Amino acid sequence: MHKNKKKEFFLIRLGKDLRKYAGAYVLVIPVVLFYLIFCYKPMYGVIIAFQDFSPIRGIAGSEWVGLQHFKDFFESYYFTRILKNTLIISLSTLIFSFPMPIIFALLLNEIRNEKFKRLVQTISYMPHFISMVVVCNMIKMFTSNTGFITSLLGIFGVPEASLLTKPEYFVPIYVISGIWQQTGWGAIIYLSALSGIDQQLYEAAKIDGANRWKQTLHVTLPGISQTIIIMLLLRLGNIMDVGYEKVMLLYNEGIFKTADVISTFVYRKGLTDMEFSYSTAVNLFNSVINFIIIVVFNKLSKKFTETGLW
Amino acid sequence: MKLNGYKVFSFFNILLMLIVVLVTAYPIYYVVIASFSDPTSLSIHTGLLAAPLKPFTTSAYELVFQNQQILKGFANTMYVMVIGLALNLILTALGAYFLTINGPMLKNVITFMIIFTMYFSGGMIPSYLNIKDMELLNSLWSLILPSAITTTNLIIMKSAFQAIPESLSESARLDGASYLQILIKIMIPLSKATMAVMVLYYGVSRWNSWFAASIYLNNSDLFPLQLVMRNILNMANQMAGSTGTGADEMAQLVELIKYALIVVTTAPILALYPFLQKYFVKGVMIGAVKG
Repeated sequence: MHKNKKKEFFLIRLGKDLRKYAGAYVLVIPVVLFYLIFCYKPMYGVIIAFQDFSPIRGIAGSEWVGLQHFKDFFESYYFTRILKNTLIISLSTLIFSFPMPIIFALLLNEIRNEKFKRLVQTISYMPHFISMVVVCNMIKMFTSNTGFITSLLGIFGVPEASLLTKPEYFVPIYVISGIWQQTGWGAIIYLSALSGIDQQLYEAAKIDGANRWKQTLHVTLPGISQTIIIMLLLRLGNIMDVGYEKVMLLYNEGIFKTADVISTFVYRKGLTDMEFSYSTAVNLFNSVINFIIIVVFNKLSKKFTETGLW
Repeated sequence: MKLNGYKVFSFFNILLMLIVVLVTAYPIYYVVIASFSDPTSLSIHTGLLAAPLKPFTTSAYELVFQNQQILKGFANTMYVMVIGLALNLILTALGAYFLTINGPMLKNVITFMIIFTMYFSGGMIPSYLNIKDMELLNSLWSLILPSAITTTNLIIMKSAFQAIPESLSESARLDGASYLQILIKIMIPLSKATMAVMVLYYGVSRWNSWFAASIYLNNSDLFPLQLVMRNILNMANQMAGSTGTGADEMAQLVELIKYALIVVTTAPILALYPFLQKYFVKGVMIGAVKG
């Protein structure tokens, strides 16, 4: 009885609210529709991971198989391979690429000549704007058997053959080209954090006799630590996501051993082999782990550093 | 003169920055000079290039601009860009503005609904089936609609609107202005810089996108520029791998135009961004404040 009354109350309040803010709600309707149709409908579509989905019969008519696809995936030969590759690529990116924009921003910040600084910055952004198709094809050309990177490495005794046909070179190529493409762009955020540091802190540090190095250690780094943590959290939330675009453009069957990752496997299973349910199950496994990681790390970060994403 | 530690550091720092500039720019420079080089000498050349291999030629560019496939791809990309960008800007502004209005009961629900998509998504297959169900396969709308809003951009826009003093919209409300009028006459004009950032971010991602087209489109007449380019360059790289001397006409053409094609598709954006630089630096900053 009491509950019903509360519900009624809520509906009346909602009705009043909808009338009062009708003008605002009307504006947001297309946005809500977009999210419902293009984000939430596919989220609902994830349930085909628990079915033997057939497009003809649709979600309503397809047979339920429970966790069968997950089981099949965990037991398959590919499970360890793509999980391992995904983690290796992702962790190498984290270890080698993540610190680069920070280091670059700190060094660039020490350049006193504004014009030179601006020039370096402008050029460093350039690769970010180049499409993945172009970047990957440049990599392919430059690392082909006649490419200039292959010839340069030839000086150090690396045999002059196409580097992308050898499994052992895939991860370095992936990571280094990523550093080339994203360091400058990634540094913007740290540069702006650096310019936000109160100059008086430096003055105070100088009076206390701190040299440049000490100032960097005790003023600059703490000044950008929050930005670093936020960026790190965002990165960790994607630890299981190795973008399929770049890998798909770079890999070939000869190097699947090191190059095939979860997302490319999902693509091949789903859209080449048309195993919709199985592919969706693999992707769901991936998304859930990502989601758990970001929630856990966000909680830890909030506890220890009082910085979080939400 | 005393050798000051910081001076030594500064010297090496400048040197390092010069190396960074060189390493960043050289691959791009290489493509540009290769595009003007004589194809026969280029195909046997190995190692670095400092200047175009003689005889200097622009024939590759002529071939690019004569190629029907490439021109069609360019037209498709422009179509998707123009309609897509308009949709991007309208929807992003509407959503961002709603999130700054104080009062509506459903605001928290809608905010959560928007933010949640940053951390979880249906994934490739359910999205593909969704497009298929809506009968958008083989239509350019399959490229335009699903990317009508990028949530991070919406958040950037929201922060820009939030930075506008509330008193402005409040007094406009008292004067009887509708929410739509406030958005159009106050919010958007006062956040021109952020709108420029939106044009750049959405524009670049639309210009550069190819993957959606590769799964949603079958009809090659609809392919956007990047997908046309991927197919041509794939062919080029496969040819480079094979050692056949009797390569057919298409293969030769592809070898000839690959560098020029990259230059033509990339130059518009690279020519544009330095002018928008001061805006997008601001955009990244706002976006970083909080997700």
